[in-house]
Amino acid sequence: MAPLFYIFAVLAILAALSVVLQRTPVYSALSLIVVLCSLAVVYLLLGAEFLAVIQVIIYAGAIMVLFVLVIMLLNARQETPSDRSRLARWLGAPLLLVFLGELLFAVWERFPAATTRAAALPDAGPRAVGALLFRSYVLPFEVTSILILVAVLGAVVLAKKRL
Amino acid sequence: MITVQADDLVRILPQAILAGFAILVMVFEPFLPAARKTLLGWFSLFGVVAAGAATIRTSFSPGLAFGNSISADRFSLFFICLFLLVAALTLLGSFHSLERENINHGEFYALLLMATVGMCFMAASTELIMIFLGLEISSLATYVLAGFKRQDALSNEASLKYFLLGSFATAFFLYGIAVVYGLTGTTNLLVLSAQLGRSGEFRPGAVFAWVALLLMFVGLAFKVSTVPFHVWTPDVYQGAPAPVTAFLSVGPKAAAFAVLLRIFLGAFASAGSGVFWVFWASAILTMCLGNLAALLQSNVKRLLAYSAIAHAGYVLVGIAAGRGEGTAPVLFYLTVYALMNVGAFLLVAHLAGTGERWTRIEDFTGLGYQRPAVAACLAAFMLSLAGFPTTAGFFAKFYIFRAAVHSGLIGLTIVAVLTSVVSVYYYFRLIVVMYMREGKAEAASASLPWALRVALAISVVGIFYLGLYPTDFLLLTNLAAVPLP
Amino acid sequence: MIPTHYYLFLGAALFTIGVVGVLTRRNIIVILMSIELILNAVNINLVAFSRYFQAVDGQVFAIFVITDAAAEAAVGLGLIIALFRNKETVNADEIDLLKW
Repeated sequence: MAPLFYIFAVLAILAALSVVLQRTPVYSALSLIVVLCSLAVVYLLLGAEFLAVIQVIIYAGAIMVLFVLVIMLLNARQETPSDRSRLARWLGAPLLLVFLGELLFAVWERFPAATTRAAALPDAGPRAVGALLFRSYVLPFEVTSILILVAVLGAVVLAKKRL
Repeated sequence: MITVQADDLVRILPQAILAGFAILVMVFEPFLPAARKTLLGWFSLFGVVAAGAATIRTSFSPGLAFGNSISADRFSLFFICLFLLVAALTLLGSFHSLERENINHGEFYALLLMATVGMCFMAASTELIMIFLGLEISSLATYVLAGFKRQDALSNEASLKYFLLGSFATAFFLYGIAVVYGLTGTTNLLVLSAQLGRSGEFRPGAVFAWVALLLMFVGLAFKVSTVPFHVWTPDVYQGAPAPVTAFLSVGPKAAAFAVLLRIFLGAFASAGSGVFWVFWASAILTMCLGNLAALLQSNVKRLLAYSAIAHAGYVLVGIAAGRGEGTAPVLFYLTVYALMNVGAFLLVAHLAGTGERWTRIEDFTGLGYQRPAVAACLAAFMLSLAGFPTTAGFFAKFYIFRAAVHSGLIGLTIVAVLTSVVSVYYYFRLIVVMYMREGKAEAASASLPWALRVALAISVVGIFYLGLYPTDFLLLTNLAAVPLP
Repeated sequence: MIPTHYYLFLGAALFTIGVVGVLTRRNIIVILMSIELILNAVNINLVAFSRYFQAVDGQVFAIFVITDAAAEAAVGLGLIIALFRNKETVNADEIDLLKW
């Protein structure tokens, strides 16, 4: 199992870098699909079968199709680098490094290797997830429908030619 | 495991009614001819009133619902009433303005109600998942509302900026929640605060806890537009349709403050003094930068946007004062702020005319002679925003400063008083232009439609009532300031 | 068995890459994709913690995050289309009628 994790973790990071570094949006989108699929494998290794399936079907499938569709529709070209973002780079990069260092240190402090718990994976098949979703989290589940309704309504309002 | 009971449903009754009305608005929308869409607005207003009635019903059976994820306590009911008030005023002010801009579609009212539902859930939830969902519902709805003038490039831009920075901030908030979950194994604020109170695991020095709190603070700071997370505010307030700006400047902000209070003065209150310094620093930055930048503005909408940033700073002073002292003044302040800011934005929007052309300060020259009543109304809002005695703005600031002094925050109070003295200058600039200069105000066009008059009357009466007889309402806010979460 | 903190490092790395993407890229669609990267970093954390605590709650939360990502993408792409109709651009530098 261990080699699988390393392979797909490295693949995910490389593909994520590619998302950010590619100059053509379609390549970014394809790299993002690679990230999402590698993460699905990582979820499997963590015992989250249902989530892995969702990740591939919904995320890599449905959401990314939407992205690719819009990129094709708008015929987005290569972007030319601009100097407007210089401030963000000078100010953002050091802050981010500080933050990342702190985060890594914090993770190290809270979860040192020795404290890793029992090797047994939780039972996270669709049954366990469903039971939790429809019992303990029934209200968030229902409220999600409002969220989706707002998204649908919003997309229609913004993108439809005539209301 | 939980089973849903009747009481559970009663405790989310206001949200359920609002959501139901939003859906009904969408159902009726295709059957109405384009000229009659305002009917849907009145229908939505009826929904808001019905939700208000439901809030009274809910207040008779307070308590927790849905396995401790909703808390129908006096705190959340207070905020729900505040959101309903803001929604009602916005609706009253929007009918005419939407018709004028030719964007009077039923979707506007549905989205406005949905945004209110999201805000109500934010204030009432004690479960981070629910808070996150409420935040997202209200955010997505307001992104779309900000871009509702689809043919207008300014509105597009405003909405896109709001969306990009907003979803960036939400991602930070989510990362913070994930870290909290990793720290404690729960996302429920009640379980969490019990756990933190019991075990010493969550020491103030624990870096991981710091990361979590900072990330959540950044996510919420964006919504309340504190410096340095304010950059979107002036642009979005300027570009969004005016009734939406009125709503944006108050609703999501108050909701985010409710969550800040619940998380930082409630669940994580034991996190110690570090959090206090975060609030202290951002309060100072926000008050200084907001007020100074407002001095430089020539566009009234942008001026009010910076003033809105500055007011967020005063509320932060109240939060920095701590949970014993600060909560009730913060609730008082947010109510007063809602009245005066919604009123000011609605009035400015109306005077701006079709396409919102007249929004420079010079456009208001001589308004006091041409339209005395309208100018008096605007002047009242400005006086209250500046914190003049006999207006509610004075007592709102006074209670915040008093709480800060009681908590020993002398330095912070001095900065707050000095910056509010500075703010008098730019509020008075508008009054001076209206009354002391001769000229023909460009912004004096149409007469006020009566729905807008009702909204303005409510705001003005509210401002003077709370300014002259603040004690009753102060008692109410003291009642609402229950121990959180 | 891979220790939990390796997963958290993976999450932190994706988070950082995503933030850098948002701050440096000018194409709005790519900025949106960078935000998706951050949301995925959140999900890795949630699932890793879910195993650490031997509880499924984290995974349920991750499902809500995916739903939210879908909703955000729908609205965001709708906004981009609306902007493109008016301005024929997807470049964040060119949306400059309002000063930032």
